[in-house]
Amino acid sequence: MNPADTESPTAPSSWPAGNFSRIPAWAYTDKDVYQKELDRFFYGPHWSYVGLEAEIPEAGSFKRTKIGERSVIMVRHRSGAVHVLENRCAHRGMRFCQERHGKARSFTCPYHQWTYNLEGKLLGVPFRNGVKGKGGMDKDFQLEDHGLSKLKVAVRNGVVFASFSEDVPSFEDYVGPTVLPWFDRTFDGRKLVLHGYSRQRIPGNWKLMLENIKDPYHPGLLHTWFVTFGLWRADQQSTLLMDDHGRHACMISQRNEGGKADVTEGVTSFRENMKLNDPSLLDIVPEPWWGGPTVCMITLFPSVILQQQVNCLSTRQIIPCGPDAFDFVWTHFGFEEDTPEMHERRLRLANLFGPGGFVSADDGEVVEMSQDGFHHDPAFTTVCELDGTKIGNTDHNVSETLIRGMYRYWREVMEL
Amino acid sequence: MNVTPDLALRAEIQDLYAEYASCLNEPRFEEWPELFCKTGQYKLVPRENHTAGLGLATIALSSRAMMKDRIYGASNTLFHAPYYQRHIISLPRLRLEEDGSVRATTNYVVFRTKYDAMTDILNAGVYHDHIVRENGALRFAEKLCVYDSELIPNSIIYPI
Ligand SMILES: [Fe+2]
Repeated sequence: MNPADTESPTAPSSWPAGNFSRIPAWAYTDKDVYQKELDRFFYGPHWSYVGLEAEIPEAGSFKRTKIGERSVIMVRHRSGAVHVLENRCAHRGMRFCQERHGKARSFTCPYHQWTYNLEGKLLGVPFRNGVKGKGGMDKDFQLEDHGLSKLKVAVRNGVVFASFSEDVPSFEDYVGPTVLPWFDRTFDGRKLVLHGYSRQRIPGNWKLMLENIKDPYHPGLLHTWFVTFGLWRADQQSTLLMDDHGRHACMISQRNEGGKADVTEGVTSFRENMKLNDPSLLDIVPEPWWGGPTVCMITLFPSVILQQQVNCLSTRQIIPCGPDAFDFVWTHFGFEEDTPEMHERRLRLANLFGPGGFVSADDGEVVEMSQDGFHHDPAFTTVCELDGTKIGNTDHNVSETLIRGMYRYWREVMEL
Repeated sequence: MNVTPDLALRAEIQDLYAEYASCLNEPRFEEWPELFCKTGQYKLVPRENHTAGLGLATIALSSRAMMKDRIYGASNTLFHAPYYQRHIISLPRLRLEEDGSVRATTNYVVFRTKYDAMTDILNAGVYHDHIVRENGALRFAEKLCVYDSELIPNSIIYPI
């Protein structure tokens, strides 16, 4: 622990050892804690999401995004390989790439025209040998010492991850044998087709979004559409799974017919007589690859949520910006084999998700309101004790075990 | 052929936009779907997707019935911090089609005011509209809202 931590008025020692169910408010608001999270999770030996291969189809195609607060570029090399480079000129630190997507043969920083190839190697600098025998770089200036930071890259079935750390385990080991099959269920090698993006800034701590998707308690309570139309509720056949570390998780469930039942008793969001004027908003067609479950929400710590909710598929990238906010970037996709009808259906069902979605807009709202409640009293703690305080997989969804699992891992890595 | 509408039609179109803004500002949300044809299309799309030809919309409603579902959802099922919205709609740029319908391009900005808070900008963009006459009145056959706003400030609950 560095001295800054011990001097912090928010005293991390206020969290009793062995407790993973009462999360102190300072974990969401403290600046030093946040910086340590960036260093240890986003810039440490973890895999962060950068995008889909479908976004960079050709040699030279690139996409700019972020890991933590650092700007990175995902680019396809002539060889077909995907490279991830930090968007920071080795000369003056410029974020030289301002386009969000594009095609390049090389990257040139506009400031002094240092030029890099698609692997991040510095190809040349102007006036290296001086002008008319004057100035220039010293003889011992070596181009190979001044490349762009090149990240470690893992590509699995069309999804690209990167890490700033050389010490990161293989992507497969990182995800682990419990969660990996669920990753592969959606991403089994079929060619992905990009449907588009949604971007929102949510004024809440980044962990609250992961908690939201490790929390099967709220969907049948907060989201009228889920409880009324049976898309997610407590009386469904469900499984909660996590990896050995408790950092990644899956919430898997099979929809039922909805309607009135024990679980809707006293639930104020339930609307017994609600009928859609246009039923095509919920025109759901089961797909063979689901193998049963109608929903599988995967949290891959720390940077992404992978969504299959009926026919609607997306990745939701978490880009933290300070302890009090994060950008939430949704990338919707389908499969090359989709019929035009299925393509349309996926887009129509997107009305349920994203910053304006019938069941997602309010997730952003509650995250913001939770964050509001964390300020001003670092001694406050949340209570995540549905299904007790134990951490383990379950065959039901009346549990906050996945959130506890994440904080067990968080405390271990953060040494807090 | 004259490609710009005459003054009478211009005035009528202006009234349609005034009514549109009024429905969403006052608000009289239940009346908003009535400004569209029965088979009217409403889409709210980030400029990024529109430019790249990507189909994903923030809100995509393909019938007046679906618009009613959106209004019911926004008013009754979507939990959110309450806010006022204030639409400022520019003068439309108009082009008359051969069938008498009108294509309109109109800039807009929507301010959001939450309780106890300062006013901020919720969304800024352009409407690409197709306006037709149905049962004597002007209606939107299509309203495509393409917004510049790169980041939505948390969420968009009501139509823009
Ligand atoms: Fe939710």
